[in-house]
Amino acid sequence: MQRIVVAGASAAGLSAVQTLREQGFDGELVLVDGERHAGYDRPPLSKQALATAVDAASLALREPAFYAEHRIDHRRDVRATALDLQARTVALDSGDELAFDGLIIATGLRARLLPGLPAVPGVHTLRTLDDAVTLRAQLRPGARLVVIGAGFLGGEVAATARALGLDVALVDPLPQPMARQLGPLLAAAVMDLHRAQGVRVLAGRTVSQFETRDGRLGGVHLDDGTHLPCDVVLVAIGSLPNTEWLQGSGLVVDDGVVCDEFCGAAPGVHAAGDVARWKLPRSGRLTRLEHRQNATEQGIAAARNLLGAREPYDPLPYFWTDLHGTRIQVFGHIGEADRLLPQAGVPGRPGFAALASDGQRVTAAIGWGAPRPVRRLSALVGQPVDEAVSSLVPTP
Amino acid sequence: MIKIYIDEKKCVGAGQCVMAAPAVFDQREEDGIVVLLHGQVDDAQAASVRKAAKLCPALAIRVVEE
Repeated sequence: MQRIVVAGASAAGLSAVQTLREQGFDGELVLVDGERHAGYDRPPLSKQALATAVDAASLALREPAFYAEHRIDHRRDVRATALDLQARTVALDSGDELAFDGLIIATGLRARLLPGLPAVPGVHTLRTLDDAVTLRAQLRPGARLVVIGAGFLGGEVAATARALGLDVALVDPLPQPMARQLGPLLAAAVMDLHRAQGVRVLAGRTVSQFETRDGRLGGVHLDDGTHLPCDVVLVAIGSLPNTEWLQGSGLVVDDGVVCDEFCGAAPGVHAAGDVARWKLPRSGRLTRLEHRQNATEQGIAAARNLLGAREPYDPLPYFWTDLHGTRIQVFGHIGEADRLLPQAGVPGRPGFAALASDGQRVTAAIGWGAPRPVRRLSALVGQPVDEAVSSLVPTP
Repeated sequence: MIKIYIDEKKCVGAGQCVMAAPAVFDQREEDGIVVLLHGQVDDAQAASVRKAAKLCPALAIRVVEE
């Protein structure tokens, strides 16, 4: 292989280029970076980056010297616009065309917008560092914020804004926000946590209209007639994979780049991170993970497999969220119908740790302000539940 | 030999380092922040420490080759 192109230079793309060099790839390595800032970490954007002033350097995923040390042709503020699998070229919006022998697609996600509602000054989304800087300037103590979407991002921004002294309302279309990610019991505990910290939670409601005054945001109208006067809105209703540039390329694109169990999308073409929807080796189910940990691990896997390793990618998924001073951590995947098996503490209080089970196997380990216990329990994920539970020494 | 440096302020308590190199890293009980058990390890352990540094979701581990 003479030249490998990595499209996307955030956590997954950077993990891939680093791995390619570590594995001995000695050819040309081109990193197509769609952002103005060199690769930075995104989890802090809904936390520290809104609470205090941060810059690209403090969030950088790699030292500035990394790019030269790894002999990376780093194309900044340039996006891939088309892939030609026959000619084996990637077209860029700079007008250049890059021939490649190997390609890793790690173009990530962008924020979803509310369909049918016009853009109004004061209505924000949050995906990039520039988004965070813009939003932070609006989060003044005493201001009124409406967050639309009570998922990880929306919940974290609501919590951060509350700590900054804003008046915060959290709106979600589902009657039980977060139930799909955490199961009904913990999802309810998350909403209780928000309410206990003074966030107004409005579940089962959608936005029907933004109210404007002199061209500026004045409030939000909900479908049940509720009117929320506000100064700032954050729309946090999920993300869309950046795959438009692959249209007509012959790759299968369906809620992400569809891959086999080796993260392969076509011969010599692999995908990693938020954009990759790959086949789980054991179940054969297609899955896409929007987790920070997955970006790193799948970047490594895609790079190794591009170089011929043929290792099925079978990670233990991990995510965390920080809400009002409590860190919630999950290893594995909690099914909505799974049963919770508490191992320590009281649900919804710091120090709570549990396993989740589908009746046969342990599906997840959960920590609620319990980082050490959850890490220990994580070793049991995937094991038959009876064996797993009997292996645990009861704590007196 | 490699030297290991940790940044407690960056650490997010994921425990990935403990899983990769349990002889070198631990976590504080109260908040899960990384505890460095050995600031320096020999070549036999270097690979697992490098893996820990790479998997850390907060990039809070720095490895310096001696």
